[in-house]
Amino acid sequence: MLSRREFIQLCMSATVGISLTEYLIPVMQNVFAQDKITKAPVIWLELGSCTGESVSLQNAINPSLEQLLSESLDIRYHWLVNVASGNAATQILEDTLEKEAGNFWLIIEGSVMTAANGRYNEIFMRNDQMVTGLDAVREIAAKAKYVIAVGDCAAFGGPAAAYPNPGGAKGVWEVVNRQVINVPGCPSHPDWMSGTFVHLLLYGIPQLDRYNRPLLFFGKTIHDLCQRRQQFEDGIFADFPGGTGCLYKVGCKGPVTHADCPLRQWNHSVNWPVKAGAPCIGCASPHFPDGMLPFYNHFPDVRTSFGTLNIKKISAGLVAFGIGGVGTHFAFAVVKKRIHNHYLKGTKPLETLPPETLEQAKQDLKELAKQNQALLSITPKSDAKQALRHRKWWRRKLDAFLHPKNKDGE
Amino acid sequence: MTKRTIFPVSRVHEPLRVDVEIQNNQVVDATVGATLFRGFENIMIGRDPRDAALLTQRICGICSSAHAISAALALQQAFQIEPTPNGQHLMNLIFAADIIQNHIRHFYVLVIYDYVKGPMMPPYAPRPEGDYRLPQKRNEELLVHIKEGMLKAMRAHEMLAIFGAKIPMQQTILVTGVTEKATVDRISAYKSILHELMEWVEHVYLYDVAVVADYYKDYYSIGSTAGNMISYGMFPQPITGKREYAPGIMIGKGNIEPLDVAKISEDITYSWYQDDISARNPQQGATMPNRDKKDAYSWIKAPRYKGKAFEGGPLARAWISGKYQRGTGVMDRLVTRSQETLNLCKLADGWLAQLSPDGPTFSHYTAPMQGEGFGLTDAMRGGLGHWLRIKGGKINHYQIVTPTTWTFSPRDQQGQRGPVEEALIGTPVVNADDLIEVGRIIRSFDPCFTCAVHMMDAPANAPVILI
Repeated sequence: MLSRREFIQLCMSATVGISLTEYLIPVMQNVFAQDKITKAPVIWLELGSCTGESVSLQNAINPSLEQLLSESLDIRYHWLVNVASGNAATQILEDTLEKEAGNFWLIIEGSVMTAANGRYNEIFMRNDQMVTGLDAVREIAAKAKYVIAVGDCAAFGGPAAAYPNPGGAKGVWEVVNRQVINVPGCPSHPDWMSGTFVHLLLYGIPQLDRYNRPLLFFGKTIHDLCQRRQQFEDGIFADFPGGTGCLYKVGCKGPVTHADCPLRQWNHSVNWPVKAGAPCIGCASPHFPDGMLPFYNHFPDVRTSFGTLNIKKISAGLVAFGIGGVGTHFAFAVVKKRIHNHYLKGTKPLETLPPETLEQAKQDLKELAKQNQALLSITPKSDAKQALRHRKWWRRKLDAFLHPKNKDGE
Repeated sequence: MTKRTIFPVSRVHEPLRVDVEIQNNQVVDATVGATLFRGFENIMIGRDPRDAALLTQRICGICSSAHAISAALALQQAFQIEPTPNGQHLMNLIFAADIIQNHIRHFYVLVIYDYVKGPMMPPYAPRPEGDYRLPQKRNEELLVHIKEGMLKAMRAHEMLAIFGAKIPMQQTILVTGVTEKATVDRISAYKSILHELMEWVEHVYLYDVAVVADYYKDYYSIGSTAGNMISYGMFPQPITGKREYAPGIMIGKGNIEPLDVAKISEDITYSWYQDDISARNPQQGATMPNRDKKDAYSWIKAPRYKGKAFEGGPLARAWISGKYQRGTGVMDRLVTRSQETLNLCKLADGWLAQLSPDGPTFSHYTAPMQGEGFGLTDAMRGGLGHWLRIKGGKINHYQIVTPTTWTFSPRDQQGQRGPVEEALIGTPVVNADDLIEVGRIIRSFDPCFTCAVHMMDAPANAPVILI
């Protein structure tokens, strides 16, 4: 059996041309041959999803889905592959819940629909009543050993949760009261899913980042690993998607997206978006898609109930705000006659008339002396002096605290 | 009379509830309802129109490229631009690879366990008992082919990724073509996988379908519809825009008529939506969800053409192109789907030969401030349409009518059943508790409810301005 360290190295190395699953299968066979680990019973729920993750998982299982099924996972309930339908299928789910409580894994694909009390998504029947995805997730997650959210929808809400979120779509972690391991992506890369499953099976929960994504696969940004990174450094930028050069200026979200697509690539390392000239759209990000739209612009559109905001509107707003501030100040200056006095009367000090009589001169002198005295009397005590005294007071206190015996004269 | 509910129907994409009434071992009434609503079209409002292709394909994980193609067609019309010849061929190649993948996966992952006994382990067991007619030897043979089939579907996706960057959810389709270059190495890589698939489809897939069809001959008549077929046509060719599969309409197995988009309307009498009038053209659809609506039983709307329900998909394309005229039953659907897979391989081979290596695969464009367009194309399961309107440089209206909406539509105002409901009527039922026959009929249509469920439009506080 591989050590955990070796396994992590295997996952992160992603050799070109070979899928992770190809490596994992012999490892799993070896482990099962030694009878060290039993297959994990799995309940796979599809909620508000597009089945993209299931299709994606079918893509990489090499040689076949059969193998992953027979070697590591014991998928009891997944309506895309269950031969039984209707009540018979629901019975499998109920049996697994009862017999394998605390032992089975719950894998969720698709966001949880919460609008209309979850009734936008009903997934099976119990005692002739429709059961919503929301209720099912809450109930089943409480009994599961691990809860794994695959795909951006299950992990963070995903495309269905984009503004204005008509179905009240939410990520699984928002509705269950426990740790959810998130394997995002739209769809999730099959290696990310199978790697996480195998790590869970052999070594328990992998190291997670603050979005609960396995660091194995989501530890670095696409930008860091990108083949076009050098062109970014050299300042060679494409002016249209599909052009040569870094795609940063045509909307590539690689710098803000954590995933290892550039190394691992897609569909058996055939290709990946930036290699094909398509900017990364940040589909493994917790902010996909709202934080990533528009896909072909560098700065995002922010959807608010007042309308769509983007960088142009926001900067226009800031400029308008600045001009408005200066303008208002100017208007007030005019109204208050500050401008008037300043520009019409000039900035010269008013000329004072020389005293005409001796009495007047004495009076003026007296007034000046008075003003001087008044000024002197209100001069505040020197701040520096006060600060010094303050510091001395603290020093005394500190000294007393540090050497209490000195006080007693011992 | 007994009533039975199957919910969830397994081995279809996303939840489906079927209610049937059985009398004298025959289905006498049926309703089919989808139970997931996400409201994707609402999400499109106010977005940059250039994003439509990438964002709408998030609707579906199995037919993602179909949505991208349809959105690109709609945008071409709205932007008043044409794809480059290479770009058009590459879009077609991406799309063809996805359809090949879908057809292989549909048969070997979803359908085959209706006819073949799988291994006795979860998730293949438990299974409904009875009516597995293949002899042991044939059964074993097909089980081996299932493993091959999954591998070949994966290869089809690899082939797609050569030009599509990744799949599910390809990322290269633009309005005027694709971002990936048509270099010689890529063309030859595509070609080598294509030839591998072509050979396998011809010798294994067609053979397997023939074996199943041979043992289940009665399914040529079970699951028949009235023969209302619709096809939007697919694979427009560069410059001429002529479609490799021609669009058309066939009513009651009659003559093929040209398609008039203005005659499409959507009815919501039995759908969980509210509107002031019951049927609208998709360019004007404006609906709000209402889960508590009385008598409604599905999130799917009921699209009608000239007020009639229509079936789409490989069978419809085969009928409309005149290649197939046997019937409209379960086996007819499976057989035409496998034949189409082979045909697509051959077509794709022809397009590869027409590519000019290193020629421009897209042209530059900018999004206009105003515009309107619709993109209709046949997808894996039938006719897919995107309708959109751009106002002030943003999407102002978006409406999608998907293939499964056509085939799995609920009843309409006149009480006409949808095509699948119609196909279920008269089905002989052996065991009312497992209803394996009903499952076979439903799966033969290749339903996908992630696509089917949709609504429109701008929210109530932003009324649509009808042009």
